[in-house]
Amino acid sequence: MAKITIDGIETEVPNGTTILNAARQIGGEIVPPAMCYYSSLKGSGGKCRVCLVKVEQGSAADPRPMPKLVASCSTQVQDGMVVSNITNKEVLDARSAVVEFLLINHPLDCPVCDQAGECDLQNLAYEHGASVTRYEEERRTFEKIDIGDKIKLHMTRCILCYRCTYVGDQLTGERVHGVMNRGDRAEISTYVKNNIENDFSGNMIDVCPVGALTDNTFRFKSRVWFTKPLDAHRDCPKCSGKVVLWTKDQEVLRVSARKDKYGEVHEFICNECRFEHKNMQDWVIEGPRHIDRGSVISQNHYELSDLQKLQADVERQVKFQGGKDLDRLNEVKKID
Amino acid sequence: MGRKLLLDKLDIPGINTFQVYRQNGGYNSVEKALKTMTPDEVTEEVKKSGLRGRGGAGFPMGMKWSFIDKKSDKPRYLVVNADESEPGTFKDRTLLDKLPHLLIEGMISASYALGANTAYIYMRGEFRWIFPKLEAAIDEAYAAGFLGKNILGTDYSLDIYVQPGGGAYICGEETALIESLEGKRGNPRIKPPFPAVSGLWGCPTVVNNVESIATVPAILNMTGDEYAKIGIGRSTGTKLISACGHINKPGVYEIEMGLPVEEFIYSDEYCGGIRNNRKLKAVVAGGSSVPILPADLILKTANGEPRLMTYESLSDGGFVSGTMLGSGGFIVMDETTCIVRNLWNFTRFYHHESCGQCSPCREGTAWMEKVLHKIESGHGKMSDIDLLVNVAKNIEGNTICPLGDAAAWPVASAIRHFREEFEYHVLNSDKVKNPKHFELEPFSPTLKPVEPQPLETVN
Repeated sequence: MAKITIDGIETEVPNGTTILNAARQIGGEIVPPAMCYYSSLKGSGGKCRVCLVKVEQGSAADPRPMPKLVASCSTQVQDGMVVSNITNKEVLDARSAVVEFLLINHPLDCPVCDQAGECDLQNLAYEHGASVTRYEEERRTFEKIDIGDKIKLHMTRCILCYRCTYVGDQLTGERVHGVMNRGDRAEISTYVKNNIENDFSGNMIDVCPVGALTDNTFRFKSRVWFTKPLDAHRDCPKCSGKVVLWTKDQEVLRVSARKDKYGEVHEFICNECRFEHKNMQDWVIEGPRHIDRGSVISQNHYELSDLQKLQADVERQVKFQGGKDLDRLNEVKKID
Repeated sequence: MGRKLLLDKLDIPGINTFQVYRQNGGYNSVEKALKTMTPDEVTEEVKKSGLRGRGGAGFPMGMKWSFIDKKSDKPRYLVVNADESEPGTFKDRTLLDKLPHLLIEGMISASYALGANTAYIYMRGEFRWIFPKLEAAIDEAYAAGFLGKNILGTDYSLDIYVQPGGGAYICGEETALIESLEGKRGNPRIKPPFPAVSGLWGCPTVVNNVESIATVPAILNMTGDEYAKIGIGRSTGTKLISACGHINKPGVYEIEMGLPVEEFIYSDEYCGGIRNNRKLKAVVAGGSSVPILPADLILKTANGEPRLMTYESLSDGGFVSGTMLGSGGFIVMDETTCIVRNLWNFTRFYHHESCGQCSPCREGTAWMEKVLHKIESGHGKMSDIDLLVNVAKNIEGNTICPLGDAAAWPVASAIRHFREEFEYHVLNSDKVKNPKHFELEPFSPTLKPVEPQPLETVN
């Protein structure tokens, strides 16, 4: 076990845990954002640089600070490590710089993008982006292509997180797409279009942090915040069959895998569940889905009472302040 | 006349053949190492020599060797980085082209010290014509019993393979090189783990520059202590400098560390002064990625001491008034050089060569190139100059590999030292379109040449 302090909060995690995962165990505001790291895809991470943090103290044995900011998703904790994230201006400056870099070639076509409302880049830009751009040059653009009949690749929106290539490698076992060219001409593509035919290829849509890979069967059907997400499952011979149905008036508009609060899928689903079963009758409905990602989708949280929300909020605040405000927490608990 | 340890035999006719090389004392160090020394003693000797990696970063080589994971039961590898593609650097080319046996000799001793039975030379794709020469030299060494099984009757065996690269600058970064050698896309890996623990095929690997390895025979022949006596302080030995630009005698020179920069530029033994009796304007001392310095700062440090060709002296003053020895690509510019155009050209290179894996470098290099193109072609704004400084600062230190830094440093330093020139380009846009400039096609396909149009607001 290793003791690690992140923004003044101490925790203990098993050796070999990354700083990001240690922060996720603490939870709350101090968790660095991640655009390319995906815990269920091996080898992902380290590329987008939004999770940069400052290591103030390397370890108990070697207390020197690390000279550069490090990617928290790929740096392992050491016993006695002291990390600062949102309490360090250098980190926040670097993060807004990276967000600016990610946005200069991003089309910002959110008003017509299917991902809007559940887009990691959108959330990140709200939090760390500037209100005006300093970029006056032409943006890079690509033609939209269909990779497979159900997946639309809109390369212009891509931030090259490489997650979908890891899906190709690790879920389908026969990756036929990858990154071509280099530098800012780099693009996700297939040599021969329309040839991703694996049963698990649809998971690329779920892992994509932006609107670069979208579901052709859902494109332009509805904004996500007008839909009601429902947890549902079915007996599927290929996958876990645990999904989220995105419904509107008893009509299933989209089927996706279940994402946790960091936007990560742990039980991937097959293409049959995703694309072929768009009837309420095909599914056993479990209940409303709570989307916990600073997203507009759960704005009218129909499943969490306001009191619960308040409690959770205060509890997190208290933890963050190191237990200074316990009285208030007890007060709130009493109301219940 | 400085001592020469690497290029001393360069002028002997036929030195690229095994016979001539052997007659002139070649491969003696291999005999000495394999027959009289243990691997640890070889490493110790290199440690004593104080030799610092000649590829650019200047990391002590003996130290790097001692990091290799000897407890692991996996095979160990030596990889020679011959992917020399930094603009201004062409020292390894001379060694590979003219003295292939020197490299092979160094590789045998180095592999012996590391306990590696397989060594690779990853060679830049553009060095295509050297490839058969190097292969022929390796064949000769096999025939003479210096490579293959049981070298010189000892129980040590070594195989050397040459792998040509595809011509990507990024593959000179050691982990990208390893990826490329494994047959993958040449993207730098995230460190740690370092190659000494998990490198080629996940095995302990040491990646060294050609020149570093080619220095090993000299160290073993003269002992590490003797080698350490050459040079000043922690900069020991001799270094190859590839001098180019506006000088009378461009070429590859071997210098003793500690030579004054002024002597290197003006003495007839080395560069022979600035061509056409012009004045010195600026020098990029270690390949395009190190900060550029104006004439007064390259000849003397900010404290007024003469600047010497050592790692310490060149970096005296940090990034405010210093630079780096880097890989030894010494680019000299005379007073007719346009720094803005030069910087645009460098940045264009980094834009072209960025691998596109991490965001700051992928987007930032392209951004800087586009802004510089605008300024150079007379469409810049005053605010663009500060924008460039800020973008460079945002890239620096935030990337996976040093390519981001390498792209940011020239921009930051050129604007720090030559800001007036950038301002001149903005204010006098009609004059800067010099017809004498040969037209470089802007690299990026999205970057169309800017059409002349009335300037809006430059007052």
